[in-house]
Amino acid sequence: MAAVNPALDHDVHDHGDHKPEGFLDRWLFTTNHKDIGTLYLVFSLIMFLIGGSFAMVIRAELFQPGLQLVQPEFFNQMTTMHALVMIFGAVMPAFVGLGNWMIPLMIGAPDMALPRMNNWSFWILPFAFLMLLSTMFMPGGGPQGGWTMYPPLALEGGLNVAFMIFSIHMMGISSIMGAINIIATILNMRAPGMDLLRMPVFVWSWLITAFLLIAVMPVLAGAVTMLLTDKYFGTSFFNAAGGGDPVMYQHIFWFFGHPEVYIMILPAFGIVSEIIPTFSRKPLFGYQAMIYAIASIAFLSFIVWAHHMFSVGMPLGGELFFMYATMLIAIPTGVKVFNWVSTMWEGSITFEVPMLFAVAFVILFTIGGFSGVMCAIVPADFQYQDTYFVVAHFHYVLVTGAVFAIMASVYYWLPKWSGHMHSEKWGKIHFWSSVISVNVLFFPQHFLGLAGMPRRIPDYNVAFADFNMISSIGGFWFGASQLIFVGVVIHAVYYSRQKATMQVWEGARGLEWTVPSPAPHHTFTVPPLIDASKLAHGDVTH
Amino acid sequence: MAQTQGAYYVPHGSHWPIVGSLGLISTLSGAALWMDEYPGAGRPLMALGVALLLVMMFGWFGAVIRESVRGLYNKQVDVSFRMGMMWFIFSEVMFFAAFFGALFYARALSVPWLGGEGHGAMTNHFLWPEFSAAWPTNGPGSVGGTFSTMSAWGIPLLNTMLLLTSGVTITIAHHALRAGHRTRLLVFLAATVLLGAVFLGFQAYEYHHAYEQLNLTLGSGIYGSTFFMLTGFHGMHVTLGAIMIAVIWFRCAKGHFTRDDHFGFEAVAWYWHFVDVVWLGLFLFVYVL
Amino acid sequence: MISSGVRRARRACAVVASLASAAASANPVPWQLNMSPGVTSISERVHGVHMLAFWVCVGIGVVVFSAMIYAMFRFRKSKGAVAQSWSHNTMMEAIWTIIPVIILIVMAWPATRLLVDMANVENADMTIKVTGYQWKWRYEYVDYYKKPSTVNFISSLDADSARTRQLGSGIDPRTVMDGDYPAYLLNVDKPLVLPVGVKVRFVITADDVIHSWWVPTLGWKQDAIPGIINSNWTQIDKPGTYRGQCAELCGKDHGFMPIVVKAVPKAEFEQWLATQEAEAAARAAATAQVAPAPAAQG
Ligand code: HEA
Ligand code: HEA
Ligand code: CUA
Ligand SMILES: [Cu+2]
Repeated sequence: MAAVNPALDHDVHDHGDHKPEGFLDRWLFTTNHKDIGTLYLVFSLIMFLIGGSFAMVIRAELFQPGLQLVQPEFFNQMTTMHALVMIFGAVMPAFVGLGNWMIPLMIGAPDMALPRMNNWSFWILPFAFLMLLSTMFMPGGGPQGGWTMYPPLALEGGLNVAFMIFSIHMMGISSIMGAINIIATILNMRAPGMDLLRMPVFVWSWLITAFLLIAVMPVLAGAVTMLLTDKYFGTSFFNAAGGGDPVMYQHIFWFFGHPEVYIMILPAFGIVSEIIPTFSRKPLFGYQAMIYAIASIAFLSFIVWAHHMFSVGMPLGGELFFMYATMLIAIPTGVKVFNWVSTMWEGSITFEVPMLFAVAFVILFTIGGFSGVMCAIVPADFQYQDTYFVVAHFHYVLVTGAVFAIMASVYYWLPKWSGHMHSEKWGKIHFWSSVISVNVLFFPQHFLGLAGMPRRIPDYNVAFADFNMISSIGGFWFGASQLIFVGVVIHAVYYSRQKATMQVWEGARGLEWTVPSPAPHHTFTVPPLIDASKLAHGDVTH
Repeated sequence: MAQTQGAYYVPHGSHWPIVGSLGLISTLSGAALWMDEYPGAGRPLMALGVALLLVMMFGWFGAVIRESVRGLYNKQVDVSFRMGMMWFIFSEVMFFAAFFGALFYARALSVPWLGGEGHGAMTNHFLWPEFSAAWPTNGPGSVGGTFSTMSAWGIPLLNTMLLLTSGVTITIAHHALRAGHRTRLLVFLAATVLLGAVFLGFQAYEYHHAYEQLNLTLGSGIYGSTFFMLTGFHGMHVTLGAIMIAVIWFRCAKGHFTRDDHFGFEAVAWYWHFVDVVWLGLFLFVYVL
Repeated sequence: MISSGVRRARRACAVVASLASAAASANPVPWQLNMSPGVTSISERVHGVHMLAFWVCVGIGVVVFSAMIYAMFRFRKSKGAVAQSWSHNTMMEAIWTIIPVIILIVMAWPATRLLVDMANVENADMTIKVTGYQWKWRYEYVDYYKKPSTVNFISSLDADSARTRQLGSGIDPRTVMDGDYPAYLLNVDKPLVLPVGVKVRFVITADDVIHSWWVPTLGWKQDAIPGIINSNWTQIDKPGTYRGQCAELCGKDHGFMPIVVKAVPKAEFEQWLATQEAEAAARAAATAQVAPAPAAQG
């Protein structure tokens, strides 16, 4: 309780009940980082269910060879929408929501630096997705060119092209403003004594992620703007006859796209770096190395983009450069993995649900990383490119990576948010059901890819039938398991009678555990006094 | 939240963001419908959206200005605003970087390859045997028909001078503000807006000239695409910047700013310098080289 | 039904056996777990770098995961483990930075050499121009031992597959056969015929959107980009029928534009080419008389 500040009691009694009264005031007009965090998280869950339902359509059609359920056009819409919804609607907003909730609590700030803009960052998103999802009901249906939107194919759609592009602009505006807010909060709102190198790793990971966001979302905006003008205003950016090049789009897109995938994993690294020490009851191994590793990954992410384009016919020198640069990322990422294991070493470990997810994250993310490194090897990638091997790779890093980390963090911080403990039993059932089914779902896809099954196809040769069926069964099972998650969260928030303590977890360290559970509406209106030795995970000064 | 004196100011709830979101979605879906095949539905929707956005900006900035004038913002709030503006400008830089990237890619890689240089020998041999690389170009398909380009040393040079001068005038205005010379401040700020407006006038003339006399259009292959998109987005930023400076002029006239507390002014000045620097890049890479 | 199940089971057994005897079929088979080594020296080397990377990952995985699992059992609170408080070990950190660097170099070296060889399209004895269309391929035999050729045809999904693949057609895809291979969606009306033992250069482009020309047994795929030519090469060692698919999303029928390469002995190929040329000449003569020429297929 070292970091408890004298103003806290006053805070609780004076402001704790100062939530706005009306529903609209509370949720639509809010400037409160906790309410906005909640909005982001709820939105993200809804999007996860929608994006997941699209995935269920994909898996159902792929259950057997032959077309049973949907036309190929619709299948392609499902693939495209699934990815856009999951990436921009589920994973990114979930991390922004976690950042909103936790960063001010972790650094002892009264709120985000720019609270009104914070509200706008969130409230753009539902409208953006309204635009995107509405395309499915337009003549000609939704976008069908894959989430990468490669021209000329992506330009073949009708009205959906303009709607998709503008919805992406809106998501970009939202992300950029959210990221600006997070950077300003971290750099400007830390309580006295919360030096940069004393911040929790989660905060560090978000600082770097926010930088990536500001650097690359505008580039995506530029890329899709060029798509728009190529389609509607006669420009020739991606048209060889006019002196442009379809491949140029891919370069610009992946200059955004690769950092984007790290935007979806760096906060996850931060979360896991909070959870593993807590449940190992031991300080994080190599705090500074962890931060340098995140920074190096972020730096490298800018110079590896063309590893998504090894088969477009780049000059040899380009292929070699991007191969080497990509392989290098294994080094800092390896440092992180080794440090997590070392944190557990000689700890005193318990396996509550957040820890279970964190441990599963480390193992399964690493497997996804391994297939990533295999993809980096150009001659081998000529074979993997655009097959289910790649699909398996990125679902391991995204689902058992990003999504598992988000689930871990929900189990970890939900008691702080809601003031109640979730059901440990059902949490564990959710975990085991998910972790088994997700491997049934995605592991066989490695085999499919290696055997030669391309991605983005609605139908396939009978040789691929068996593993597809297994994968689909795993998919339905994994999808159904997520209903347990929804149940556990609703139960914890509304029905659980088990009150959470302030500390919640025995080994937890850091400022967020020095405020009551649920966290009062306003916290740290007066900066807390910081006791360095009790911060984050012990002595982090070297 | 009731504010403790001197604490970080966290505003009450605000309805401006949601107005802004409604404005954005109307503007953009209106534009989408318009561009595609539904101008009848699109135009009014877009007009409504733009109106909403304008209302939002007046309301939102108005609220901020009122709070600022009432002295609710302490130093720390000021720093948040500064960081916000700096990172916003950085995001704008990256937006332009995408288009500069397209220009460099076309000039250094795709056009030479189409012309058969280096990596592109086969492409040229099999698909575009007639084409040899040059810049400016509208590609091997001669998309948009023959065109000619502007000389860098006419209007573009003049425009460079105008913008550079405007950078100086706004700095003089800033010094005047800090020194408390009200009249000089207002005169030089007004001069900045004027220079911006003249710049835009010249650019409009230049566009007109390009379309009417040079057959240089947005559809003139990769040259037309990069030329108009880069200068066009820049022009939009100049417009925005000039409007912002005009607003600041009125705020100066109303005495909103003090010698050492005038973040609104500085933010706009940064923005203007950013627009200036982008122009230098344009002048060099689009016109001169 | 039962008998077909038995047949299927028997086929699966045969497949497992053939996998075990390392003579894996060149085309996809049920329960196939790994990449085929292919039928060219390049594809074998591709398979080699793939396996190297695979075993490296398995090795690192075994080390890291064992350590982790050991920690999970050994340092449990419930077993009375008491947490230590150390959080640094410079020696270890240096080791686990340097060793992966070395491992990466070991993987990158053969990959680099292979890549350099794959990039060398010089000295080919024949040239094929491949053009992707929505949703079929055009093959033009540009030259063969410096001799220009006019052979040029379109290759698209075979009729059986095309019928079967319609939504709710009710036809069992397992019944679509090409010889004794269940070739559903991996068969075409007219395959690309190539000679064995000849270095073939491919120049690949597209006419509408981006496609990608991929026959796994040749060891590479190459995007077909409208307005751009990409080149690649192969030299097939063994005669046979090698199947592949378009590997870049190209619209609704992306899943339905397979590629079939029929590799035949050189003499047979030369004969085939001559027949094709004669037919082409005859066709040209016919159309010259009945001008204007009807547009070729779609
Ligand atoms: C969260 C998202 C995420 C993450 C973290 C990663 C991480 C990595 N990715 Fe992945 N990737 C995607 C999301 C992600 N990727 C997506 C979405 C696509 C497909 C996009 C599309 O086409 O639609 C993709 C595609 C993709 C490709 C293109 C494949 C293709 O289309 O042909 C490549 C190629 O190089 C690649 C490489 C890598 C590498 C090297 C890493 C590395 O960061 C991994 C590093 C981690 C480890 C290596 C494990 C831990 C390390 C050790 C234990 C140390 C020792 C290890 C060694 C020495 C090997 N990825
Ligand atoms: C963060 C990103 C993310 C996440 C979380 C997921 C999650 C899942 N993804 Fe996917 N996916 C992508 C990102 C992601 N994906 C991307 C980028 C692509 C590439 C797209 C492209 O090629 O353009 C892709 C493509 C992709 C494909 C390839 C499609 C193709 O090439 O044609 C497949 C196929 O199996 C797939 C499956 C799944 C499944 C089963 C899940 C599951 O994890 C989902 C589980 C969740 C739920 C199911 C929701 C919860 C449950 C309910 C709503 C109740 C209903 C449940 C039942 C009916 C059982 N995804
Ligand atoms: Cu052609 Cu996919
Ligand atoms: Cu990448």
